[in-house]
Amino acid sequence: MSLIQVTNVHRVYNETDIPVSALKGVNLSIKEGEFTAIVGPSGSGKTTLLNIIGGLDSATDGSLEVAEKNITHLGTNELIDFRLNNIGFVFQAYNLIPVLTAKENVEFIMLLQGWEKNKREQRAMQLLEEVGLKEKVNSKPAQLSGGQQQRVAVARALASHPKFVLADEPTANLDSASTNNLLDIMVELNQREQITFVFSTHDQRVIDRARRVITLEDGQIKSDIHK
Amino acid sequence: MIQKIAWKNIWRNKLRSIILITSIALGIWAGLFMMSMTTGLNTQRIGNAINSGLGHIQIHHPEYTKEYNPKYFIKDTASLRQTLSQLPAIKSWSYHNNFTGMIASPTGGYGVALIGINPLTEKNTTSIHTKIISGTYFTSDKKNQIVIGEKLARKLKVELNNKIVVTFQDTANNIISGAFRVTGIYKTASSSFDESIAFLNKKDLEKLAGTSSIVNEVIVFLDDVTDVAPTKNKLSTSLPMLQVRSWDDVSPELGYANELMSIALSVFILIIILAMAFGIINTMLMAVLERKRELGMLISVGMNKRKVFSMILNETLYISLIGGPIGIIGAWATINHFGKVGINLSSMGKGLDSLGIGSIIYTKLDSQMYLTITIVVVLTALLASIYPSLRALRMNAAEAVRQN
Ligand SMILES: Nc1ncnc2c1ncn2[C@@H]1O[C@H](COP(=O)(O)OP(=O)(O)OP(=O)(O)O)[C@@H](O)[C@H]1O
Ligand SMILES: [Mg+2]
Repeated sequence: MSLIQVTNVHRVYNETDIPVSALKGVNLSIKEGEFTAIVGPSGSGKTTLLNIIGGLDSATDGSLEVAEKNITHLGTNELIDFRLNNIGFVFQAYNLIPVLTAKENVEFIMLLQGWEKNKREQRAMQLLEEVGLKEKVNSKPAQLSGGQQQRVAVARALASHPKFVLADEPTANLDSASTNNLLDIMVELNQREQITFVFSTHDQRVIDRARRVITLEDGQIKSDIHK
Repeated sequence: MIQKIAWKNIWRNKLRSIILITSIALGIWAGLFMMSMTTGLNTQRIGNAINSGLGHIQIHHPEYTKEYNPKYFIKDTASLRQTLSQLPAIKSWSYHNNFTGMIASPTGGYGVALIGINPLTEKNTTSIHTKIISGTYFTSDKKNQIVIGEKLARKLKVELNNKIVVTFQDTANNIISGAFRVTGIYKTASSSFDESIAFLNKKDLEKLAGTSSIVNEVIVFLDDVTDVAPTKNKLSTSLPMLQVRSWDDVSPELGYANELMSIALSVFILIIILAMAFGIINTMLMAVLERKRELGMLISVGMNKRKVFSMILNETLYISLIGGPIGIIGAWATINHFGKVGINLSSMGKGLDSLGIGSIIYTKLDSQMYLTITIVVVLTALLASIYPSLRALRMNAAEAVRQN
């Protein structure tokens, strides 16, 4: 049974003078507990695909099921709620609220879900410890390194108990040490807690550690390798 | 926590927030201060007019005010006196007999209103005795004294103790004249008043005219201006044979000027409010647009539109709610200060003199006005924050989180 089911998804950008066909009939099924990398040259449609899977963007054609729920036709507000309760996000940058501390950033997502303060704080502390930032809970994003910020983002993404975590080039701005560190944490979370990760990347070191690699080219899946 | 984020967000760009707060505060301050100047100006103008002779209420023979002919006088002064003394709102009153006439000195003659007064009772009502700049306000023993305004004295080129000739028409239309000695020169805030009104002892005038004691005019003063309308009504019912008029019946132009000023003021306030609204919209829009990515991220991770809206709304409100009170408290302090010491405008005082205001303005504002302005400011801030907040909702999550 698949967690994410993408069926014949097309995405055409009509905003420009010449319509751009970014996805041309993508079929894809991702199961719970997978650790999947989406790779491909620049412009091949990785971000477009991740945005559609994450409910940030809608397919021009085709359908999307997440946890057996068809989200293809949800309205904006329903989609926001759906994302909040089902998906964790890690973006390449600008992940955190600059005026809040690491702990408050992680708590924020639970606040949106209506958790009470004690439980929020407890879980935020626990998650930050898991990503190795016990010492930095009260630091603001500007006081953290790029790698540390991404780790806070991972903790934040997990806070809501999402069904899976989407990460669009999470290591693109990181040096190799930080990249390895972040991947260690993601792999660990995947193996120990069965957290499903779907991420896009250009980085061969990241690709090497994925257990499934889907290669996109020109809006279509070119290969899909399970290791 | 959303309020907390909003609060912290406004300090991200301290300079910008402080500029916006300052401009809101200054706008409110300027608006309230302008209002207080106008109110002070008007209150003084009306107060000066009332104190120097208009009174709160005037009572005449109904025919008298048609052509100001002294032959129409109040006959039944006994019942008048009784009615007046029975109304507790009335502080004091005085009797006048008025003639129109001419005052001549060796250098010229000028038409004036001659007001016959009883110097003793007059001091309880009008304030001319406090405006004497040289000489005295009638000495008890001497006959044929006259007190004239400073401007008239200058025009006549007379000084204290000089004699001048007063000519007027008596109740039987005879022309009468007599010589009077200038014993006092007064100066009020109104140069046109000083130019055209002379005070004489009522008894001297009656003696010259060969009449018994007559009363053309009763000037009534109250303790509290707000009692004017009810007292006027009571007097009208008790004295059906007489004409009872309030100060604004007698001098409607004072009221018109009030209205004119308040129209001008409303336009001024409207401009300030509009400028404030555009300042808020512009600044907050900038704050929203430069945080496009961040707002997109918040919407992406699941912050719903209502919460994003309320966050930006809160940011705007906080700024207004800091600026507003600073402006209001600042204005209150300045208005209080200048309400006591006054603003000296003597450099342009000539113009103000002829308007009957005086060269020192004491600022003044009803507490009601502070409340009104507070409400207007809060409403403006609320309305002005709606657009930037809505704009924040238009963030497209997918677009905002894209890197290029
Ligand atoms: N808003 C848009 N309007 C028009 N064309 C767009 C838009 N967004 C993306 N595209 C186009 O769609 C195609 C796929 O873009 P996408 O961002 O998904 O690629 P990507 O694989 O993520 O690339 P990269 O590795 O550079 O991030 C590209 O040709 C891109 O130019
Ligand atoms: Mg991309």
